[in-house]
Amino acid sequence: MPAAEATSVAAQRLPIYAANLARGLLDPDHPIPAGIVGPNGKRPVKRYNVYRNNVTASLVDALAAIFPATRRITGVEFFRAMARFYVRSTPPRSSLLFEYGRDFPDFIARYEYAQAMPYLPDTARIERAWLDAYHAADVPTLAPQALGAISPDLLANVMFVPHPATRIVRSRFAAVRIFAANRQDGPFDRIEASVPEDALVTRRDLEVTVRRLPPGGAAFLTQLLAGRPLGDAAASAFNGAPGFDLAANITGMIEAGVFSALHVGDHA
Amino acid sequence: MTAVTQFRAAAPLARFRFSASLASVAGTSFKPEHFRAILDQGGHEVFFEVHAENYMGFGGPPHRMLTQIRANYPVSLHGVCMSIGGPEPLNPTHIERFRSLVRRYEPALVSEHLAWSTHGGIYFNDLLPLPYTEATLARVAQHIDQVQNAIGRPILLENPSSYLTFIESTMSEMAFLSALARRSGCGLLLDINNLFVSATNQGYSPTAYLAEFPLDAVGEIHLAGHAEQTDDEGDLLLIDSHDRKVADPVWTLFESVVASCGPIPTLVEWDSNLPEWPVLSAEAAAARAILDRHASIEPRHAHAGC
Amino acid sequence: MSVTTKISAAVLVSAVTAAITSAAFAAPLTQAEVAAATAAHKEKCYGVALKGQNDCAAGPGTTCQGTSTVDFQGNSWKFVQGGTCTSIVVPGGKHGSLTPLP
Repeated sequence: MPAAEATSVAAQRLPIYAANLARGLLDPDHPIPAGIVGPNGKRPVKRYNVYRNNVTASLVDALAAIFPATRRITGVEFFRAMARFYVRSTPPRSSLLFEYGRDFPDFIARYEYAQAMPYLPDTARIERAWLDAYHAADVPTLAPQALGAISPDLLANVMFVPHPATRIVRSRFAAVRIFAANRQDGPFDRIEASVPEDALVTRRDLEVTVRRLPPGGAAFLTQLLAGRPLGDAAASAFNGAPGFDLAANITGMIEAGVFSALHVGDHA
Repeated sequence: MTAVTQFRAAAPLARFRFSASLASVAGTSFKPEHFRAILDQGGHEVFFEVHAENYMGFGGPPHRMLTQIRANYPVSLHGVCMSIGGPEPLNPTHIERFRSLVRRYEPALVSEHLAWSTHGGIYFNDLLPLPYTEATLARVAQHIDQVQNAIGRPILLENPSSYLTFIESTMSEMAFLSALARRSGCGLLLDINNLFVSATNQGYSPTAYLAEFPLDAVGEIHLAGHAEQTDDEGDLLLIDSHDRKVADPVWTLFESVVASCGPIPTLVEWDSNLPEWPVLSAEAAAARAILDRHASIEPRHAHAGC
Repeated sequence: MSVTTKISAAVLVSAVTAAITSAAFAAPLTQAEVAAATAAHKEKCYGVALKGQNDCAAGPGTTCQGTSTVDFQGNSWKFVQGGTCTSIVVPGGKHGSLTPLP
């Protein structure tokens, strides 16, 4: 077959040293690659294992740096074991390490030994969102006067442009309290994990801030972040949470810097 | 005025060396943990090196800190993930990110590694080795060319720490680096700790290794600490760990290079088990003291190997 | 459109007006004033759970060095106490606890 032939010719032309060396880097049971030696005929096992160890340990370290609260909750040894499984099944596809671990929370949710900590995936999601906000583009947040300048009959049609740092993490657990208590070193009072909490992650200028959203807040902001007009988003939030406080939520979202700009949509 | 201005104004003394003022300056890795302490300490003669990839995000504190560092000190941009030594084509997106960093921060020095880190779509986060053959030489030279064309200036290529060798290699690392520098016009970043680690692990004498190193192409020197382990035969195997002070034999090799070549911009790397800033700063001061001792050596009168 | 309830313009106007005046946002604010306003409201609505940590929280760094900590082998691990999960009560009334491998 011509296609297969072309592939095999291309494969032959590409030197195989990297493929050869790469194969066992994430698999400690893989045989030592052929073609490598130590000096004077010395064996290559421990020498090759230096690279295996560098790869695995440095990626586990990277996850530990991205998910410090998760690590504090599980303890270091549990975290490293869990992260090792993840690194082997899902090594980075990007050479920018601060992008690594986007699906680590999903992995934790499936990880057999983490089942006793059902709040852990959402806590990790807040940590991942925190780092995304940290590296997000430098964009000014929406000035409150911008909203004040809109003519009253057009307010329902106002649509907002999300600030690039803004993230929402909704949880069935007290993920915000658990996150906050474990991003610092001090002791904390016992936390009842079963209280649902929604997290809002924003960055005004340089400061990443994590907030706990009030009832209806996540639904309201999710609509606005998806580009729905203010009138629709407010109605949707009221429907979902009768106690929804529109004024307080508008105040909160402006203070938090959820959006960077607004514009008025075409239709009423 | 500032070291930056002097660096820009002065004529290079050698192909990849810069003004005497930068040459006699010793720098350190820049770590955000040290940011406050560095700014509080004020205008000492230092320069800072950053790993390019940590500043490839869109914005936020990393860029703000680097901008402030750059406003006060010369900066060296050290690429870690280009995978220049790999058989696969370079990632054009990564080259573009690298180019925009060079343009934005106008670093005094730009460097990368003779190593690879990405293959088959997986990023391994380690500096992995390559065989030294005519085929890999041609490939790596072409990669360097591509990077240099993209950024519009020569890069310095760093000698790796090695733990093993490829049976298919047909030339020594020094011969490979010399040929690369000739062919691509790049300079070299002589990592003396890597050289010491590799020589020990490969059973060579570090001084013999150094004697063969193409010192005339060296535009920057790295120093760092290493850890000791053992190989399968129970013999010493050094790990390039960057987690402690520079070892005494590495200082000795450094002094011998500076004594024969004159001052070269020198940087102390420290990446794990970060100490308080004064400890790292003292390492840079120790390097500077050695550079100062040999400040009178003009590179043109120096040893022919330089 | 899935939204059935419509919000009247009057409700929107009063909410926006209240929001803007409550935070004293009439004039352009300095960063400090915004911060003060944020602080004043933090317990009211959008409760600030955690801010700061930006000075040294760099996240992961790229690597150009080896590691001396040997940590690549082993699919098994020993259960070690030390996590704060014992202070977090999970639904069902039990404390979270880590299950050791058999």
